[in-house]
Amino acid sequence: MALPKYTETRYRIWHYIYLSICTFVFFFLIAPLFVIFPLSFNAEEFLVFSDGMKRLDPDAFSLRWYKDMIYGTKNPWGLAAKNSFIIAIFATLGSVILGTVAALGLSSRYMPFKGIIMAALISPMIVPLIISGVAIFFFMAKVGLAATHTGIILAHIVLGTPFVVITVTATLSGFDHSVTRAAASLGSTPVNTFMKITLPLILPGVISGGLFAFVTSFDEVVVVLFLAGLDNTTIPVQMWTGLREQLSPTILAVATCLIILSTLILVTAELLRRRSERIRGINR
Amino acid sequence: MSSETKKILTTDGTPLEESLKKAERKNKIKAFMLVAPLLFFLIITYVFPIGEMLLRSIDDRMVSKMLPKTYVAMEKWDGKELPSEEVFEAFYLDYKILVENKTAGKLSTQLNYEKNGFKSVLKKLARKQKKFTEGNYKEQIMAVHKRWRDVDYWRAIKRRAPEYSYSKYLKGIDMYENEDGNIVQVSEDRRIHRILWTRTLEVAFFVTVFCFLMAYPIAYLLATLPMKYSNLLMICVLLPFWTSLLVRTASWMILLQQQGIVNDFFVFTGLVADDNRPEMMYNKTGTYVAMTQILLPFMVLPLYSVMKTISPSLMRAGKSLGGTPFVTFFKIYFPLTIPGIGAGCLLVFILAIGYYITPALVGGASGTLISNQIAFHMKSTLDWSFASAMGLMLLTGVLAVYWIYNKLVGIDNIKLG
Repeated sequence: MALPKYTETRYRIWHYIYLSICTFVFFFLIAPLFVIFPLSFNAEEFLVFSDGMKRLDPDAFSLRWYKDMIYGTKNPWGLAAKNSFIIAIFATLGSVILGTVAALGLSSRYMPFKGIIMAALISPMIVPLIISGVAIFFFMAKVGLAATHTGIILAHIVLGTPFVVITVTATLSGFDHSVTRAAASLGSTPVNTFMKITLPLILPGVISGGLFAFVTSFDEVVVVLFLAGLDNTTIPVQMWTGLREQLSPTILAVATCLIILSTLILVTAELLRRRSERIRGINR
Repeated sequence: MSSETKKILTTDGTPLEESLKKAERKNKIKAFMLVAPLLFFLIITYVFPIGEMLLRSIDDRMVSKMLPKTYVAMEKWDGKELPSEEVFEAFYLDYKILVENKTAGKLSTQLNYEKNGFKSVLKKLARKQKKFTEGNYKEQIMAVHKRWRDVDYWRAIKRRAPEYSYSKYLKGIDMYENEDGNIVQVSEDRRIHRILWTRTLEVAFFVTVFCFLMAYPIAYLLATLPMKYSNLLMICVLLPFWTSLLVRTASWMILLQQQGIVNDFFVFTGLVADDNRPEMMYNKTGTYVAMTQILLPFMVLPLYSVMKTISPSLMRAGKSLGGTPFVTFFKIYFPLTIPGIGAGCLLVFILAIGYYITPALVGGASGTLISNQIAFHMKSTLDWSFASAMGLMLLTGVLAVYWIYNKLVGIDNIKLG
């Protein structure tokens, strides 16, 4: 964005105003995440920067909230983390399988009522979570799956599939169907063709859809609040309870771990996206 | 082609046209079979439950289930004069069972909604009816309290006879059906729901506007910078996008508290006095700030993907033809980004209108939205039919915007990351 030498002064001024607006917006987006980081190492119980922290006094920092998170008495985080991972992994598997198969059908040019079916399959992403929560709660209570892992997993499959459908159909839109026809003409069965030819080519899209489904399930709180009993509490539910009652620094320690997790997921997703674009030969 | 042209046949003798149609049908079925598992899964676990919400929201069988004999007896009653002995007897028998089962409280609550003053006369009846002698229940009941001689109370019971009613929907917009069957507004001090609806729309609208104003400049920067810089800056957009909603809300709770960093900064710059720190959380300000930051990536990504496709030579052409930078921007660049603006704004609006978590945590009493009211009725008052009715009213609004989105943008053009 270097300015040409002949730029008039008023445009030059405007350009710097523009850049400072952008800086402000980027700061607004990213800075809140970095507030959590130092405060989670606070030696004191208050959620403000103590004078010691401002002076960078080593005694003002400690790992006590991380210890509390892991070893604290009656602490709910161990169970919550276990539940969160179990639910998210199974929900991701379910979403990926159902979503990928559906995406294959949707990107066939013979698919009847494509528009309306696509809109219906995406709708769980659009409908406010509170409504999905109420509806799914009534259903799960009726079939006796309320307050069970199975019920929550099924609910999260519903919420996760739209992401898989979107990413996989997007990947398939650049897919060269002649390779599958070539495989068929060489005597391959449809299942074999899918496993050996199609799947490796669309794998980046499938995995990034899976990441979305994982994050959706791992981060989801509204539906779980309706469905969960005491044994099915998850990390977001615990955070929600904690944030409503009192903000303790232990929550910030958990939040820091979650930020690190999301950074890892972001990096994976970005690498996959680039790989997918390279495989599909999209030049940017 | 002449009409005498022979039909082209395939090797097995069937006309080619037919054979092709057959193949196409086979392909259609094949494609549909792939979508079917997900479709049926969603219909069972999602579409039916939402349909059931609809039934629940209009279901009004609570009172008629509690007073079955009364409503049978009332069928013949025209509602002009006091009902006959038959109705009084049926009511006495029904009410006796309720008192014995200790569920009479529910009935008095329900009937009190219909007409004030039911609670006390029903209580008195429960006490007195133990000493009732057989026969002539009309006289005995009317002797308990003078209100039993008032035909309005019997009319109130009759009004609850239909098994389905839309009264919950009326309640959702602060209206009700009064004794004469007219739909009127509730008294002014009790109109809480309309305030919530307007506030929800207002918050969703302004959050969309704020997101647009903040997202447009940075999307432009990201789309025009060289790749190596823009990839780095893109992380600033994508990291919040992938981070847990609760983590982001927690960070705003820390920033916006009275002793928080934002207030510290205001004091430091001298904007406010140290002993007069403004309340920025637990009100609408908190909701606006936090929701704008949380939904901002959903505006940046569609804008960016549209801007990426606009060739920079268009702007150069505009300038070379004598347009000033501002004119070329507004005449050439801006119109080309309108599809992205539409996509981003509709998406953010749809997401904002149903927001629950963030307003509940940072909104306080004046910053809560319609979703919070639905959750309140689900969890606290247990008025599930009212929660369902409000949920469906919200859903109708969201689906309307979704329909527009689908028409304008196309659902398969949603961009994720």
